[in-house]
Amino acid sequence: MVNAPGTPRTRGFNCANCGGAVELRALAHTRSVTCTTCGSLLDPRDPNVVILQEAARRESITPTIPLGTRGTWHGQPYEVIGFQRRSITVDGTQYSWDEYVLFNPFRGFRYLTDYQGHWNDVRTIRELPVVDTRSNRPTATHDNRKYTHFQHAQATTDFVIGEFPWRVTLGDQVVTDDFVEPPYMLSSEGTEQERTWSLGTYTPGETIWKAFGLPGAPPEPVGVFANQPNPYKKGANAGCTAFFVLFGLLVALFLLRMITADRERVFSSSYTYQPGAPEASFVTAPFTLSDDGTISIEIDANVSNNWLGFDVALINIGTGTAYNTDKELEFYFGTEGGESWTEGSRSGSMFLPSVPAGEYYLRVEPEGPAGIATGYTLRVVRDVPSKLPYAIALVCLLFLPFLTGWRSGWFEQKRQAESDYGSSSSDDDDDDED
Amino acid sequence: MRGPAGRCPNCTSPIRFRWSSAVQTTCDACRSVVVRHDVDLETIGEVSDLPVDDSPIQIGTEGRYDGKSFTVIGRIAYEYEDGGWNEWHLVFADGTSGWLSDAQLEYAVSMLVEPTSAPPALDRVRLGQEYSWRDSTLTVSTLTTARYKGVEGELPFEYWGKDDVLFADLRGHDATFATLDYSDGDPILFVGRFVEYDDLALRNVRSFDGW
Repeated sequence: MVNAPGTPRTRGFNCANCGGAVELRALAHTRSVTCTTCGSLLDPRDPNVVILQEAARRESITPTIPLGTRGTWHGQPYEVIGFQRRSITVDGTQYSWDEYVLFNPFRGFRYLTDYQGHWNDVRTIRELPVVDTRSNRPTATHDNRKYTHFQHAQATTDFVIGEFPWRVTLGDQVVTDDFVEPPYMLSSEGTEQERTWSLGTYTPGETIWKAFGLPGAPPEPVGVFANQPNPYKKGANAGCTAFFVLFGLLVALFLLRMITADRERVFSSSYTYQPGAPEASFVTAPFTLSDDGTISIEIDANVSNNWLGFDVALINIGTGTAYNTDKELEFYFGTEGGESWTEGSRSGSMFLPSVPAGEYYLRVEPEGPAGIATGYTLRVVRDVPSKLPYAIALVCLLFLPFLTGWRSGWFEQKRQAESDYGSSSSDDDDDDED
Repeated sequence: MRGPAGRCPNCTSPIRFRWSSAVQTTCDACRSVVVRHDVDLETIGEVSDLPVDDSPIQIGTEGRYDGKSFTVIGRIAYEYEDGGWNEWHLVFADGTSGWLSDAQLEYAVSMLVEPTSAPPALDRVRLGQEYSWRDSTLTVSTLTTARYKGVEGELPFEYWGKDDVLFADLRGHDATFATLDYSDGDPILFVGRFVEYDDLALRNVRSFDGW
């Protein structure tokens, strides 16, 4: 069969209110159209049906994308043929947004929505999402993606220009439910029995401006929108990933250090503390530290319900440099109510983080209470691993997920504040129709 | 594919069926509805002008569905309160037939099937009602009382001069789509799925000035 001659781009008729010419860009698919001259809402299939719109409103509202604009959308030409401003009222505040009807004579209709600079690319879906209302925050699943309920509202169409593939009713309320899974939003409109579902994809204004050749730059979006992707989520995820990678590295380094440390005992000697003897210091025999590094001076003392204190200096024979440190050991035990208890410890150590190689000796000054003589042993161990720097590094690492996660969480909180489930909104007047 | 040929009983113009199983066609010359009885052709009426519908599909449009190529050979047009739609009769390369419905440029392909469970009767069908088709549960999502507006081309049955007809559209959680057609009182079931225009790879579609 031969192609019939091309169907004319538009069909038209005259407005029953003002006689002005009304053209139909979406041909016979249009169910409602406004007269470009007087703004009356008309039914192309029954030209005697005329609904007047307030002139004042008509003068104050100008669509951001002019009707008749052609663009390339999803790789195909689409023409903007309709515009409506709709609103919901939550806690006495009216929130308005704009919707655009896009038309292609082969592929049909698509929609764009704009709320304070937040754009969504919308198409109707014909599959029925699976709605689960068992929990107090319902979910809807479509195409293997699960959406969380965001808002239940009554939407009103306040003003229209151009053409619509449905019969527009001005001022009538329809029940809407939005479910989000950024950057997607699943919306239902209508009654419990007959719902129309649509799927929106959050779209940067720049994409719309480019596709429809709009002049200038899109206005900066205000606030956080229901299905706006969280710009900090990537950072938070990266922060978490970086944390786990660096944490793993830190653990590996720590384990390596624990395994490879020399722990060389360079000095060991036993003494007895004589109470009553004049408190006097003594020096030990010299010993050699073969390499720069950490030093641990360990003490075991046979204290029993007693204490013993030590002032210790590690002294470099060559330079005379002294590394001073001290330790007090105490150990108490007994029984109380049939339960035996102990407190304190009989051994302890002093840690010196950085001591150069060389010949050293210890100067020891023990101190204790009057009482019985107490034996103790002093040991010097070279290259003992320390946990402290690893602990400090871990604390620093924890800032990474914490800071990036905090920004992401703050964004999510702003999103939820706009929903029926946000802390700042009272949802009692929204949810009682369910 | 070449079906039987004959002459229009009304105006004697040649009539050639494209599809061997066609039962009814319309005469291009005089718009008579012509029904085939074995070898004889009989006119049963004359179609009025079909409503302006602006579908890009027309008799002779070719496309593909599930890897099978098809040709559009007939059409039934319906109108209801809020609009109208077309059921385009498809004949596939293997000789089977199907339907491409086009409602305001939303497309679905379906085939006549034998129900796997008893469909609800005309006076029992309700919105929201569930119906099992094979493994899936479909829900009655729309009930439409439509007026038959006209026919064009070849159809697999006699279809002419119907009054108001009830259709129940059923949807599933995937793209499965079904229609219960109550034209003859007892429902007949068509099952298929929603398709996107570009998925059908259509050729020989209508052209639109400026597009």
